[in-house]
Amino acid sequence: MTEQLDAGMVAGEIAENPDALSKPYAGGELGRGRRRKEDAKLLTGQTNWTDNITLPGLLHMAVLRSPMAHAKIVSVDVSAALELPGVIAAYSGADLADEDGALPCAWPVTAEMVHPDHKPLAVDEVRHVGDGVAVVVARDRYAATDALEAIAVEYEQLPAVLDMEAALADGAPLVHSDKGTNRCFDWPFAGGAEYEATKAKADVVVTRRFVQQRLLPSAMEPRGVVVAPIAAADEYTVYSATQIPHILRVMLALVTGIGEHKIRVIAPDVGGGFGSKLNVYAEEVLCLVVARRLGRPVKWTESRSENYQATIHGRDQIQDIEVCATREGKLLGLKVELLADMGAYLQLVTPGIPLLGAFMFPAIYKMDSYSFHCTGVFTTKTPTDAYRGAGRPEATYAIERIMDELAAELGRDPMDLRRQNWIGHEEFPYDTVAGLSYDSGNYEAATDQAVQMFDYDGLRAEQQARRDRKDVVQLGIGISTFTEMCGLAPSRVLGSLSYGAGGWEAASIRMLPTGKVEVTSGATPHGQGHHTTWSQIVADSLGVPFEDVEVVTGDTDSSPKGMDTYGSRSLVVGGVAIHKAADKVIEKARRIAAHLLEAAEGDVEFAGGSFSVKGSPEAKTTIQEVALATFAAHNLPDGMEPTLDSDCVYDPENFSFPHGTHLCAVEIDTETGFTTIRKYVCVDDVGRVINPVIVEGQVHGGLAQGIAQALYEEAVYDDAGNLTTGSMVDYLVPTAADLPHFDTGRTETPSTSNPLGVKGVGEAGCIASTPAVMNAVVDALRPWGVTEVPMPATPEKVWRAIHDDTGTLRDPGGTVAYGGASTGATGGAAGSASTDPTDATSGGAR
Amino acid sequence: MIKDLAGPEIIVPSPAGRDHRAQLIAGPSVATGRSVIGSWCDARHGPDQVRATPAGPAPVLRRRTPEGPMTRVRMKVDGVLYEDDVEARRLLVHHLRDGLGRVGTPIGCDTSNCGACTVLIDGDSVKSCSVLAVQADGAEITTIQGLAGDDATRGDMGAWHPVQKAFQAHHGLQCGYCTPGMVLAAVDLLKRNPKPTESEVRHGLEGNLCRCTGYQNIVKSVLSAAAELRGESPDPGSFRDAEPATDERAGASA
Repeated sequence: MTEQLDAGMVAGEIAENPDALSKPYAGGELGRGRRRKEDAKLLTGQTNWTDNITLPGLLHMAVLRSPMAHAKIVSVDVSAALELPGVIAAYSGADLADEDGALPCAWPVTAEMVHPDHKPLAVDEVRHVGDGVAVVVARDRYAATDALEAIAVEYEQLPAVLDMEAALADGAPLVHSDKGTNRCFDWPFAGGAEYEATKAKADVVVTRRFVQQRLLPSAMEPRGVVVAPIAAADEYTVYSATQIPHILRVMLALVTGIGEHKIRVIAPDVGGGFGSKLNVYAEEVLCLVVARRLGRPVKWTESRSENYQATIHGRDQIQDIEVCATREGKLLGLKVELLADMGAYLQLVTPGIPLLGAFMFPAIYKMDSYSFHCTGVFTTKTPTDAYRGAGRPEATYAIERIMDELAAELGRDPMDLRRQNWIGHEEFPYDTVAGLSYDSGNYEAATDQAVQMFDYDGLRAEQQARRDRKDVVQLGIGISTFTEMCGLAPSRVLGSLSYGAGGWEAASIRMLPTGKVEVTSGATPHGQGHHTTWSQIVADSLGVPFEDVEVVTGDTDSSPKGMDTYGSRSLVVGGVAIHKAADKVIEKARRIAAHLLEAAEGDVEFAGGSFSVKGSPEAKTTIQEVALATFAAHNLPDGMEPTLDSDCVYDPENFSFPHGTHLCAVEIDTETGFTTIRKYVCVDDVGRVINPVIVEGQVHGGLAQGIAQALYEEAVYDDAGNLTTGSMVDYLVPTAADLPHFDTGRTETPSTSNPLGVKGVGEAGCIASTPAVMNAVVDALRPWGVTEVPMPATPEKVWRAIHDDTGTLRDPGGTVAYGGASTGATGGAAGSASTDPTDATSGGAR
Repeated sequence: MIKDLAGPEIIVPSPAGRDHRAQLIAGPSVATGRSVIGSWCDARHGPDQVRATPAGPAPVLRRRTPEGPMTRVRMKVDGVLYEDDVEARRLLVHHLRDGLGRVGTPIGCDTSNCGACTVLIDGDSVKSCSVLAVQADGAEITTIQGLAGDDATRGDMGAWHPVQKAFQAHHGLQCGYCTPGMVLAAVDLLKRNPKPTESEVRHGLEGNLCRCTGYQNIVKSVLSAAAELRGESPDPGSFRDAEPATDERAGASA
């Protein structure tokens, strides 16, 4: 486009504004808390959500959903719906079966994995409440929704399959009768055979069962799709509230048979995802197929009730954990037996989610052996898939909870036990028992800071005093010293795990004639502030003003290559791609600058946006001037193309491993069972930080979701397989009043996996916080012999844990006392931490 | 005020909230209340239908009464007077979005829990999914698009409402979907309570859900805006655009 501009006109404009080509770079972009570029439109209501899109002749689609968990479809009659005013079309699953393909699963974790057919609209059987049965297309959304009531469906009820263990028993009713089993896959971790030998040498073995309840991701914007066809040319523009426009384009082509080059996918402004928009959904396919049939644009917008039935769910695992150790507290081995609920079908990466956790159970601890085995199970529930953290929160919960249980078994302070067993900062890079290579970390520094901010010893003393006086309100202290694996992912690693795609990310940089910069990125944002952070990276690399950088994302026409946004990968993979693309621009500009300055290329230096010649500092030219000269192309080195653009596709060599220490104090009212978070301190180490304010915001949001899993949220199915938490009335997304103030701190240990030194932050808070809260809840109840409270720790569950069948508060069996000292290796008297707790916590600015 | 067209005066709660904590104590079973949009959607997808587990043939659902006669409504939205014929059942939020093209007000749920669609009706914050368009006849409505006037819309951040400014200064938004409702709920909260405590802000915004921020920066934003509205110097905010970052937060880098 820029090539068509007239050079003289551009030069004229620049002559009127001579600073345009020599705006100095102020420096310090990396680590600066820039205000977000995204905010102006969001704060003034000028956002382009998918549901805001309207087109001439736009039709609205509504989906009739199964009211039953499992049933045979005897008949579907849409004829009465077609008689209603404003209804253009209505289709059953059978009507579309020849052209709507099957929804993809890109992660066949084993060669033997059972992969059932998953039609966008059910044809013969419905397998969860909310499974689509028919669609209506009408002139407006009211007419479409009205017409659903005129569709007659005859069902023959089949038994619901709800409990994973029962589903695996012989003779259990089957979710997919043609498959002969509810067992989706068995996935053992290679190399775990030594565990039994290790266990034989152990003095202490602790086993626990933890249940990761089913969660509803609840992004504030429900999903939505608009498909604009040019049917005559078989060309389609698909707008979708998705995290993955690039992957969606490939998948829509594969599912529908439409050429990939004939599909343009646009993710407009997207209102949160948390993994729930990392998928290829039935409604995306249905809108495309229906728009193709009708030759008219079609929109579908999800209601929240639909969102809770038809958008993927998260977690839902049963974890049997065994840890063995010496009497002195040295960890020897860990054994994990996992049941993972797939739901009724396999969505895009459903079976891979527990595998993302498989490598993270050993966490920050050194041990000799590790055994892991996972079984995927089908049930008649909504499919599970990636939800913030995707496998790692489950793993982190299990290991951090059982470290507390082991500490209790050994009579040790749980912090002290962690210090004894974690990887020392001098031991990085560290090859773990699970086969990962941790890039960098300093668990000591993060923990020391967190302990100071928290006043760990002071709170332990208060806890003891409350226990001693049998206070109605008991105090519990929870620790989570987590690490996680982010930056998905080295493509060869994904290949070894049978994932269907790579883990690279793409970036392009275009220097415009006026010195402005256009950056395209394959990492598509939905609230993370990519445009701001990417601008900072480019401004720093090229030495141009932050304001002069424009970032383009989310459209396969304008940012054609990408692997999109999930797994805390955007900065670690996409940001590094941008950094490398900028380096390529600089190298090309250096050759042009050398030519313009009549110097040898090797003598031209670049700093702060200017090229200068070694030894003669007056001979210099800015990168913006080089951009204009390139555009004019009057005087370029022989054979050089007149563009100052670059592309980079970056495939990481390793994951990065952020870590941190989270400390939570809860007060539990023993009369009501109500849990109040009194204090929450976290110190996260996410490597080098580009924008500290955005990073802190990501931590806050993660904390909220992790705390919500611990205390509030659970997707509940009744005995017939109905989702009884089917709306925001019953599913308790926490409000401002339910959450505490968070005291956040940070240490910075640069990653060695990438040239920016960055690690991911999107999921860290969510991964770390759930065990911190639950360790605190169990810690408060430890005098009653409580070793686990099922999540969410509602007042009822807490109350039941400490009351007997007659409703009387049980008598605590004995006094549980930890050493109180958190920084010494041997426990002992409180006060061994010498810091002044007042100073340490004052930064919280309450 | 909202005019009642067909019966007794309808009281619009403001700010429309829910007693979330009571739910948490008692558990989900006491959840009460069914909004207009809730009944509109639940008839198809919602709990009422899915909880029924009919054995054998599914009953053919009662056909909804066809649309009644259209009703003429007049309302001023963001300073512009509109007069339209609307179905009696049409929700105000659908009228704003689909009828008037004021799409700055989003929809986040169908049970009036999330508050994303909050607007100001005659100055009071109301969830526009809990009001029929006909109930808003004669009302003056302010959406996020009209809160600060045309200059703000055209990019003059200096013309923004103090609450909008504070949300940016304190990173009080991420994906931004809850933001229009959150901002307008906060405007109403500060009108009623110009000097709220942190706890009062948290409870005052209980009717508005956010999934991204964990609320901390929203609370910070509202407290800062309150100071500015009182004529005090607001907290300058977390961002430091002018100079390289110096991390002033709690427990800065070790």
